[in-house]
Amino acid sequence: MIFMGDKFPTQEHLKKKQNYKDIPRAGLITNPGSSMLNKTGTWKAFRPVFDAGKCINCMICYSVCPEEAVIVKDGKVSGVNLDYCKGCGICANECPVKAYEMKEESEFKK
Amino acid sequence: MDTIQVSKSMRPMTGAQAVAEAMRQINPDVVAMYPITPQTPIIETFAKIVADGRASTEIIRVESEHSAMSATVGAAAAGARAMTATAANGLALMDEIVYIAASMRLPIVMPIANRALSGPINIHCDHSDTMNVRDSGWIQIYSETAQEAYEQMFLALKLAEHKDVLLPAMVCQDGFVTSHGVENVKIHDDETMKKFIGEYKPEYALLDVDNPVTYGPLQLQDYYFETKKQQVDAMKNAKRIFLEIGKELSQITGHDYGYFEKYEMDDAEAVLIAMNSTAGNIKAVVDKMRKEGKKVGMMKLRLFRPFPYEEIAEALKDVPVVGVFDRAESFGARPPLYGEIRNALFDLDKKPDMQSFVFGLGGRDIFSHQIEDAFNMLLDGKMTDETKYIGCRGC
Repeated sequence: MIFMGDKFPTQEHLKKKQNYKDIPRAGLITNPGSSMLNKTGTWKAFRPVFDAGKCINCMICYSVCPEEAVIVKDGKVSGVNLDYCKGCGICANECPVKAYEMKEESEFKK
Repeated sequence: MDTIQVSKSMRPMTGAQAVAEAMRQINPDVVAMYPITPQTPIIETFAKIVADGRASTEIIRVESEHSAMSATVGAAAAGARAMTATAANGLALMDEIVYIAASMRLPIVMPIANRALSGPINIHCDHSDTMNVRDSGWIQIYSETAQEAYEQMFLALKLAEHKDVLLPAMVCQDGFVTSHGVENVKIHDDETMKKFIGEYKPEYALLDVDNPVTYGPLQLQDYYFETKKQQVDAMKNAKRIFLEIGKELSQITGHDYGYFEKYEMDDAEAVLIAMNSTAGNIKAVVDKMRKEGKKVGMMKLRLFRPFPYEEIAEALKDVPVVGVFDRAESFGARPPLYGEIRNALFDLDKKPDMQSFVFGLGGRDIFSHQIEDAFNMLLDGKMTDETKYIGCRGC
């Protein structure tokens, strides 16, 4: 059993699922901020492919993305953080200049 | 005429008042309150104690039992010693959070004045309310008298807070019969009881800002099962530690806290098993029938969750006939206590004959002659495969 001061979960714990005696009781999370370790990007079936050439930096995609996965640098959209993008396609749907194309995730796993 | 010795610490009290007195001595940090008959005098008495400055508890007046248990869970997760009390439909309304309290491993203690669940609506005693949450993961301790209800509050608290247990506990007494009936109750010394329960130091507390934790996160196919297995182990520990803490409490009170009390069972040819106040009625009948030369005995079950299967089997292995008194029904199945006892006896090479009785639903009185009839049915070997409904017209 993990005791006070021990942190759960860490990157180490995510590599292999732990036995019931090796986790804190009651599902307690004792490592603050560890939700960042959970890469929800693996859930997506479609991936937004960004074309910087078409983008007019209107920031609509940035404001509507439910996961804050649109990356903005120096006032310009530079792409999508695929670790957290869940592939909902709202960015592609809302983009006024069609700068995003949703492609099946399987195309990238060949 | 014999002189009755009344100690200064003996006071005439109802079961509800006795439990409130235990709460005064425990002085919990938080108590969430919502009234429901026949539990109300517990919180009413305790609220007066707090208003009079005799306990420093923060009282939260909530708008339902669902909120009462939610507030208690929140306070316990924050690191407080937290309590509430309820009965019947109040417990049913809490149900969702009752399970959450157990799965969050919060050592909440909740006195219960057992009352029939609606419907039809009824305010009187049976055990359908606590039987409804018997699989919730709470420890359940049953009390024959106000004295037991009072003392078992301390046993429950210390057991719930034990580091190898960390489970919530209900201390049950019969609604009206015990909760409103006045008995002489011996109140133990404040300092002794305070020392017995000790200071509560939660390992994880939401108010411990230097060590932030998340209580109650999502667990899906990946970890939910493992967390449930932890609860299974905690219940196993609770069974063992119950006896250890019971022995410690015996040193103070002089009373025994076994899983069950054996009354005239040594050479008994027929034994009745019951919980809560009816055990007292059965004892009186045992005394009468023993005087007439009939070898009858009684087992009063104190700990229903975790259930002491092996110990019950051992205690009943030489008893020819066992009758089980359930004050609750399990529709379409065998009554809850009978089912457990039958389960416990399965491993015996020589199994006792059994008879199921259901009595007292909705507060229907049970009389000595009916208990005597039940004993005679067992002694005469007239057991049946069907449950016998004592006192139900037409049965």
